[in-house]
Amino acid sequence: SSSLDGTIKLWDFMDGIPIKTFTVGCKLLALYTLASAEDSVFVVIPKKGERDTFQLISVKLTKGAGQELEGKELSVVLDGVGASMKHIAFGREGAYVVSVKDVNLQVYFFKRKLLNRFSLSTIKTKGGDNRFSCVVCHPTEDCIATGHADGKIRLWRNFHHKKDYTYSTLHWHHDIVMDLAFSMEGTRLLSGGVESVLVQWHNESSCQKDFLPRLGSPIEYISMASDGSLCCTVHTDNRITIINSNLRFSRSIQGLIKSRDVKTGLVVDPRTKALVLNGEPGHLQFYSLQSDQQLFSLDIVQRQYIHEAGLKQSDLVKVAFSARGTWLATVEESEEVADPELQLKLWFYHEEAQSFVLNTRINTPHDNHITDMCFRDMDEQGDDSLILVTTGRDCVFKVWVMVEDSDPEALQNVSWSCDFVGSYHNYQATNCCFSEDGSLLAVSFEETVTVWDSLTWDLKCTFCHPPGNIRKICFGRLTCSKYLIGATDYGFLCCWNLLTCALEWSAHLNVVVLQPDPLSEHIAAVSWLSKESSLFVFKPNEPRPIYIQRNVCKEKILLAAFVPRDEPEMISSEKYLWLRKSQLFFLTDTQELITLSTKSLEERLTPSSKQLAVEESIPMTPFSLLLGKHRRQQAQEDMDLGKPVVLTKQEQASPAVKELLHTPAHVLPSASFLCTIFINSLLISKENKSAEEVADEVEMESEKAEDDSDEEDVTAMEQEDTSHMELLGEMTCKLSKSQEKELRKIRKMDYSWISA
Amino acid sequence: MAAYKPVVVQACPKLGERITQDTLYWRGYKTPVQIKEFGAVNKIDFSPAPPYNYAVTASSRIHIYGRYSQEPIKTFSRFRDAAYCATYRDDGRLLAAGSEDGSVCLFDVSGKAPLRQFEGHTKPVHVVGFLSDKYRIFSGGDDYSSNLWDIPSATEIISYSEHTDYVRCGCASKVNADVFITGSYDHTVKLFDARTKSSVMTIEHGHPVESVLLFPSGGLLVSAGGRYVKVWDVLKGGQLLVSLKNHHKTVTCLCLNSSGQRLLSGSLDRHVKIYSTTSYKVVHSFNYATSILSLALSPEDETIVVGMTNGVLNVKHRKPEEKNENSQKKRQPAYRTYVKGRTYMPKQEDFCVSKPVKRVLRKYDKLLRGFQSSKALDAVLEPPIMLHTPEVTVAVMQELHRRGTLRSALAGRDEKQVNLLLTFVARRVIEPRFTPVLVTVADMITDIYQPVVGQSAIVDRQFLKLQEAIGKEIDYQEELLEVLGMMDTLFATFTKKKDTCLEENKSNGVTEIIEKNRNY
Repeated sequence: SSSLDGTIKLWDFMDGIPIKTFTVGCKLLALYTLASAEDSVFVVIPKKGERDTFQLISVKLTKGAGQELEGKELSVVLDGVGASMKHIAFGREGAYVVSVKDVNLQVYFFKRKLLNRFSLSTIKTKGGDNRFSCVVCHPTEDCIATGHADGKIRLWRNFHHKKDYTYSTLHWHHDIVMDLAFSMEGTRLLSGGVESVLVQWHNESSCQKDFLPRLGSPIEYISMASDGSLCCTVHTDNRITIINSNLRFSRSIQGLIKSRDVKTGLVVDPRTKALVLNGEPGHLQFYSLQSDQQLFSLDIVQRQYIHEAGLKQSDLVKVAFSARGTWLATVEESEEVADPELQLKLWFYHEEAQSFVLNTRINTPHDNHITDMCFRDMDEQGDDSLILVTTGRDCVFKVWVMVEDSDPEALQNVSWSCDFVGSYHNYQATNCCFSEDGSLLAVSFEETVTVWDSLTWDLKCTFCHPPGNIRKICFGRLTCSKYLIGATDYGFLCCWNLLTCALEWSAHLNVVVLQPDPLSEHIAAVSWLSKESSLFVFKPNEPRPIYIQRNVCKEKILLAAFVPRDEPEMISSEKYLWLRKSQLFFLTDTQELITLSTKSLEERLTPSSKQLAVEESIPMTPFSLLLGKHRRQQAQEDMDLGKPVVLTKQEQASPAVKELLHTPAHVLPSASFLCTIFINSLLISKENKSAEEVADEVEMESEKAEDDSDEEDVTAMEQEDTSHMELLGEMTCKLSKSQEKELRKIRKMDYSWISA
Repeated sequence: MAAYKPVVVQACPKLGERITQDTLYWRGYKTPVQIKEFGAVNKIDFSPAPPYNYAVTASSRIHIYGRYSQEPIKTFSRFRDAAYCATYRDDGRLLAAGSEDGSVCLFDVSGKAPLRQFEGHTKPVHVVGFLSDKYRIFSGGDDYSSNLWDIPSATEIISYSEHTDYVRCGCASKVNADVFITGSYDHTVKLFDARTKSSVMTIEHGHPVESVLLFPSGGLLVSAGGRYVKVWDVLKGGQLLVSLKNHHKTVTCLCLNSSGQRLLSGSLDRHVKIYSTTSYKVVHSFNYATSILSLALSPEDETIVVGMTNGVLNVKHRKPEEKNENSQKKRQPAYRTYVKGRTYMPKQEDFCVSKPVKRVLRKYDKLLRGFQSSKALDAVLEPPIMLHTPEVTVAVMQELHRRGTLRSALAGRDEKQVNLLLTFVARRVIEPRFTPVLVTVADMITDIYQPVVGQSAIVDRQFLKLQEAIGKEIDYQEELLEVLGMMDTLFATFTKKKDTCLEENKSNGVTEIIEKNRNY
C-alpha cells in the first residue's frame, strides 16, 4: 500500500501485519504492481516544482534486512499523467503502460522505449465531453479500452504505429464511465457509471451486451477476481457488491451507507437501539452501532430512483419515532423549491412481519417545507395519548392524532388526522418539542418560543431573546424539567424557567447542535467557532458546564445523538460520569460518525485487538471446545463466588495459552516442553506464586523463540514483548491484592456518593 | 439489488357516502313504480300470507294490490268518508279499517261488504289492529279513547279513556295476546293489558306520537313523534334506550325489516332513514319526491312501498339476484394440473433450483422500466385507462415529469393524439387531486404546440375548452374565497376580546376545514 505520507508498506494480508516499510519521500497518489516485475513498483507522484502535474515513476524495492527501508532507485517512466488510480493501466504482461489525461492518451513500450501520444479532438461535439475518465488494457491482446466523460467507451488497437492506429466506439452510458474491467480472457468488458447499471459487453461489439441494473448507487470501481468467477463493484455510498460471472447479484458488503445528505438527523430507534438516518435514496437505514452493520433498510419513498444528474428527486427529510418505537413518522419532499410535493407517512411496527407497515399517508400536510416534527413521548400510557406535531414554513404547526375507524369492515382500525392548527403572528414555525410529561408543547416561531398546553391547546406563555431566530429548543428532563433551553442564531444559549417564566441564565455560544440525553438531565451542545467544533455538556439548573471538550474534530459537526447503553457503564473518572447511561455520537459534514469514549486510547484498543486476534486464530477444534468449556466453567465459578468483576482474572489466567496460539507453529518449541506450561496455565492459581512462575516460563519461551527466529519473526517477537510487559504490570497489581481491595472499596464509595 | 418499483398510483379515498354492505343491499332495488291514489296515503299494510298483497288506505277507499300489479286487484269503497288504517289479520284473511264517521269495519279479503261493523267511537277512528289471538280488535279514535272489540259478537269489550288527545297510532304485541299499545297526540304512549281496567304503563315521548312499533320480541318499543324516534325498553319499565334525531321534519311512520335487524323511518322531510337496530346509527337513507306519510316493507324485503301526502304510491321491487353464469360456464382446468409436480419430494442428493417468481407489471410500468417515456404515455392514454382510472394516467404523467422526460413524451404527436390529450386535460384539470400535475402538462402542451395553433380546427376547439374550464374554475375559487372572507368576519364577531389569540387560532382551524372541503 502507498500513502500520502510517502511510504510504501508491504503487508502480510493473512495476518494483517505490516512486513516492511519503504520510504520514498513524496506524496504517493497511486500504486501499481506488475506480476512480471516483482522487485519494483510503480507509483504516481506530483512533479516537483509544478502544480497539478504528476509523473509515474518506478521504485525498486530493495531486499534489505530490517523493517524500515528506503526506496531509493527511482526512475521516471511517464510524465504528465493523471492523478487518479484509474488513469494508468499496464498492458499485456507489462509490455507497455497507458496513461490518459484530459483528451490525451500516452502509450509507453518498455522494451522498445517508445512513447506514442494520441489525442482526441477537443471540440465538444453535440455538447459531449470526450475527456478520458478511465483506462484498462486487454489481458491477452494489444488492445486498450478507455472510458470517456460523455459515456462512450473507445477500444484502441494497432497503437504501435503513430498514424495507423484505429479505434472503435461503444456507447450505452449516458453519463461518465466511471470504471472499466476486462474479464480474464478478455472476451468480456464490464463498465459502470452513474446509472448504477453494470454493463457487460461481449466480444467488443456494441450489439451484444448484458445489463445488471439497479445496483443501488453509482459504481465507482469494478474489479475482477483473478479466476474470473466473481466480480465486484465499489459504490459511492460505501458499499461493495459481489457479482457472479453470469451477472447475478451474489451479495453485498455494507456498513453505514453514505447518503448524499443526512437530512433526517440522527435518530435512535427505541426498539433496536439502532441509529436511524438517511440511507440509500428514499430509504431509511437502521444501523446497529454494536455490530457495525446495517440492520435493515426501510423503503419510504417507494419510487423507482433514477440515477441521473440534475433530476429533482424526492427524499426523506424528517423522521420521528414514538417513545416505544411502535410508530414511525416520516416526511418526504422533492428538491423543488417552489412545489415541495410533501408527504407525511405514518408507519406502524408490525410484530409478525417484524417491520414497519404503512398506516397513513398524508399528501401536502403543510403548504411549505416541514421544519420539525415530534411525537409526544408518554411511555407509561397507551397509544391513545400519542400525538404528532409538525411545524412548517407555512407559519403553522399542526397536531395530528390517531382516530379509530368506526367502520368495522375497514382494513385498519386506526388512522391519523389533523386535530389542531396553531399559529403565532404569522411567523414561520421552526422547532417543536414536548416536555417530558407531555403536558407542554414548545414551538419556536422565528424569534419567539411559544409554550402551549397540550390538552386544551391554549397558548401559555412566550419567551424571546432577540436578536436572532431560535435555532434549537429542548426541555430539561428529570430534576430539571422546569427549564426550557433554546439556542439562537445570534450565538446565545438561553435557559428559561417555566415556573417563573423568566430567563434563568444565558451564555454566549454559537450552538449548532443541542441534544438532550433521554436518560439523564444532561444536555450536550456542540458549538462551531472558527473551524473547530467544541462540545459542552451541562445541566439546565446550573450555567456552568460539566464537561468541555474543545476541538472535538476539524469538521463541522452537524448532528448528534445519545444512544442509551444496555446497562450503565462503570466509569471511573468523574469527568465522564455523564456518559454513564448513554453514549454520545456525532455526525460531521463529511458523514463521519464520531463517538466519545470514556476510556483512554490504550485501554480501548488492547482488549479488543487481543480478543480479535484470539478469536480469529482459534479454529473450532475439539481442543478449543475444551478450552472454551473450561473458560466458561471458570467464569461460572467466579460468578458463584460473587466476585464483582471477573474480566481481569480471566485475562490473567491465559497468557501462556495466548502465547501458544499467537506464535506460528513452526517457531514453537516442542510440545513436550510446552505441555507443563500449558497445564499450569489451566490450573486455577490460588497463590500468587504460580503467576510468577508462568511469567518466568513465558520469558524463557520468548528467549527460545528469539533464538530460532529469523528476520520474519520480528513482529511476533515484539508482540511477545509487549504482552510480557503487561503481564508484569498485572503481576505487580496482583501482589498487592489487599491494596487493590482497598482501592475498590474507595471506588465503590465514590460511586454511591455520585449516584446519590 | 432492488427490483423495479412500479409507479405508485395515489388512491384518493372517496369522501362522502361510504360503500358498506348496507348501501349495497338497499341500493339493490329497481327504479320505482309510481301509482296515483285519490288522496294522501295514510296506511300501507302487507298481507302476512303469500302472495303478499298489500292494502293501501287512501281517501275513502282501500285498494289491494298484488305483488307486481300496478292496478288494484280489489277495492273496498263502501265508506261514506275517509277510511283509515286498513290492517290485515295475521292469517291475511281479514282486514280491519277505521273510518271518519267513527265506525270500525271488518272485511273478508275475498268479500265486498263488511262482515262486522263496530260502533262506539264518537269521532273518527285513525287506528285499528288485531290482537295476536285473532279474535279481538283494538281501535283508537279522535274521541281520546282506545277500545277493544270482540269479533264474533261485534261488541265492545272494554274502553279506555286515558289519553287526553287524539289517539293516532297503535300496535299489538305479537307475544302476548292481551297487550296492545297506543300513541296519542298528548305526547304519551300507553300500554294496555286487556285483563286490567287501566293502562299498565305510560311512556312520555315528548312530542305528539305519530307512530309506534313493538319489536317482535315484545321487549322494545319504538315511538316516533316530532323529529324524534325513540326506543324504549318495555321490560325495564319504559326506560329510554336511545333517542334518534335524524330527520328535520316530523317522523310519520316506522317499519321494521323482515329480519328485525334494521329499522326504517319515514318523515315529512321526504327521507326514509334506515337504522341498524344494534348500533342505532343510520346505515342508509332514501330520498323521495314529496313528504312521506306511510311506509311498508314486504317479507324478505322484496318490495318497499311508500305513500306520500300527494297521493302517490311509490313501489320499489328488489332486483333479482344476478347469477354469474359466464364464470360458471368457463371450464376450470382439471385438478391434476394444479397438483402436477407439487407432490414430488426432492431426494437428498437432488439439487433444488427454485423457479423464480415472475412479477406481473402493468404495460406502462414495463415501458417505464425500459425508459420508453413516449410509449408509456401512449399506454395510459388508451380510453379504458383514461376514462375509468384517470389517477393512473396522472400518476404516469407525474412520474415522467419526475424523470424530466415529460416534455419529450408529450411532443411529436399528431392531431388525433393531441386532441385526446387535451380532452383529458381539459376535463380533469379542475379536479383538485390532479390539478398540480395537469397544470404542468397543460403548460407544456401549450408551449410545444403553440407554433401549430390554427392549423387544426379540432385542436383549436380543445384549447378553447381548456381555457373555458380553467376560467370557470378561477371564478369559482374567487367566489369561494369571498365566502371564506365573509365567514371569517362572522367568526371575528363571535370572538371575545379577552382571548384574542386563541380565537384566532380556532378560526384558522375552521378555515382549514373549509379549505380541505374545497380541495376535495
